Amino acid sequence: MGVYTSVFWHGLRRYATYRAATAAGILTNSVFGCVSAFVLIAVWEARPGLAGWDAADAVAFVFVAQALIGVVAPFGPSLEIGERIRTGDVAIDLIRPVALPAWWLAQDLGRAAFGAVFRGVPTFAVGALLFTLTLPDGPAQWLAFAAATLLAALVGFGLRYLYALSAFWVVDDRGVQAVAWLVGPFFSGMFLPLALFPEPLGAVLRALPWSAMVQVPAEVFLGDHTGAGLAAALGFQAAWAAALLLAGRALTATAVRRVVVQGG
Amino acid sequence: MTAPSAPVIDAEGVGKEFVLRRRTRGLRRAATRVPAVSEVSFTVRPGETVGYLGPNGAGKSTTLKMLVGILTPTAGRLRVAGLEPARQRTELAYRIGVVFGQRTTLWWDLPLRDSFALLRRMYRVPAAEHRARLEELVELLELAPFLATPVRQLSLGQRMRGDLTAALLHDPSLLVLDEPTIGLDVVSKAAVRDFLRRMNAERGTTILLTTHDLGDVERLCRRVMVIDHGRVAFDGDLAGLRALAPVPRTLVVDLAAPAPPIDVPGARVIRTDGPRQWLELAGNPAAVIARVSHDHEIADLTLREPDIEDVVTRLYRERPDPSAPAIAGDVRHNVE
Ligand SMILES: Nc1ncnc2c1ncn2[C@@H]1O[C@H](COP(=O)(O)OP(=O)(O)OP(=O)(O)O)[C@@H](O)[C@H]1O
Ligand SMILES: [Mg+2]
Repeated sequence: MGVYTSVFWHGLRRYATYRAATAAGILTNSVFGCVSAFVLIAVWEARPGLAGWDAADAVAFVFVAQALIGVVAPFGPSLEIGERIRTGDVAIDLIRPVALPAWWLAQDLGRAAFGAVFRGVPTFAVGALLFTLTLPDGPAQWLAFAAATLLAALVGFGLRYLYALSAFWVVDDRGVQAVAWLVGPFFSGMFLPLALFPEPLGAVLRALPWSAMVQVPAEVFLGDHTGAGLAAALGFQAAWAAALLLAGRALTATAVRRVVVQGG
Repeated sequence: MTAPSAPVIDAEGVGKEFVLRRRTRGLRRAATRVPAVSEVSFTVRPGETVGYLGPNGAGKSTTLKMLVGILTPTAGRLRVAGLEPARQRTELAYRIGVVFGQRTTLWWDLPLRDSFALLRRMYRVPAAEHRARLEELVELLELAPFLATPVRQLSLGQRMRGDLTAALLHDPSLLVLDEPTIGLDVVSKAAVRDFLRRMNAERGTTILLTTHDLGDVERLCRRVMVIDHGRVAFDGDLAGLRALAPVPRTLVVDLAAPAPPIDVPGARVIRTDGPRQWLELAGNPAAVIARVSHDHEIADLTLREPDIEDVVTRLYRERPDPSAPAIAGDVRHNVE
């Protein structure tokens, strides 16, 4: 087992100890999911076939979105590295023979894996018990959704890593993160499917990385993309994941080279 | 005499200037330059134990950060274990152990044992080697009872012993310690010092540490370097430093009742506070104590050794011009 695998398990086990927080997360996500579902059911009754979906599709979208919260973390938690830069503890990370971005990615994927299984699955199960909702057609579509979820987790990390790295330049990254937690849920389609946004706003949001966190995986779940369309959807996510991770790596290198570690 | 081995640390005119950018009126920005370290030159050879001393803000931590590669010097040439720290930070990490007394390398939420396991993977130490070394360190530092305790539940002293173990698990030949005894009680300090002495004596680990505690230096460091205002002001042994900047001992006398300043030969009152008086000793303390207790009714007496800060302060009063050349002691030449 390599160091990054160990760190992945460390991230996973750490979240496993926060049992009350996990339960609270499932509760909030389920309740919010129910409220959204009722609203969207009303919308689809008024305008059936909106976005090419029926009401069961819309309800599935809502619960997939809620289930993804624990994975892509659109409201945080922020990565600890921002705090460590602010306090100067990043000095400790820098004297270790590890690559900073890979280290935090491994740890965050551990968190995401825990969130997917122990927060996402129960939240979705609540939705499936209470509402009629669409499920993927067969194992291939489930598999595509699993891939989309993994890519969403990478994009979620990529964005949060950049938010946290801003601490190298602005001294206090908390302002950046506060804005991020505000726009992330809207831009990703978490609060409202992007299909319901007026054009051209909707089209712009679809092109931005946030949509790769919720909108795209939810569409994959619903089977909106098949064949080449599916490849394009996953490719869109993969491209943003790669771009964000590479940007994170490049900025880390610049930051480490140029910016001073705070504190004595 | 054997040929001197290659230095572990080789610093030549190393300097660090911080540039602080402040916003002045409106959007205009003014850059202030803070010279934290200027032209520090020294070498440390394998097996040396060096105390790197100086008052607050002297540039000690800054120097150490450059040595371990997390700050890039703005001047000079620096080699540690034959590597250029800032450029070869990761490679260097395998060869040095670092403890920042104020921060921990351990993971707050993990039991000590798991932190050590994570470090083993990080430094790619073979399992058997790791087990043997950990066993030895745990025994020396008496860590066995805490191995299953999450770090956040450890006391400062226990945590520090954990950090020392963490720094040594990959068997580094150089140990760099920034205030390793800060905040520890007498017992923990003694444990840390004894441990470091042993590492140096038995394994030949080279040690460079900063401290404000004279005890650390006395028990541990055969060589001291004093820096102030970013320059090396003294490089030699402790006796040399004391001889250079002699600081008298102080006798603190608690009288039974407040009294006018005590007047005895060989001592001078430098401060009074109610019944307590501070006497600077010029001569034999025994004679002064005998005389004081004969003349006055005494509740308590303490003899204070000058601490390292006093010695350093005195050194600076003697040598107020920071651009004057450093005073070289004798140890620089006979290091083995
Ligand atoms: N990140 C930084 N940005 C700007 N100036 C800094 C920075 N870090 C340190 N300094 C300045 O550099 C000087 C040396 O600081 P340093 O931390 O090396 O002192 P020190 O000798 O370790 O002191 P102490 O005994 O208090 O730990 C100080 O004047 C300090 O204000
Ligand atoms: Mg310091």
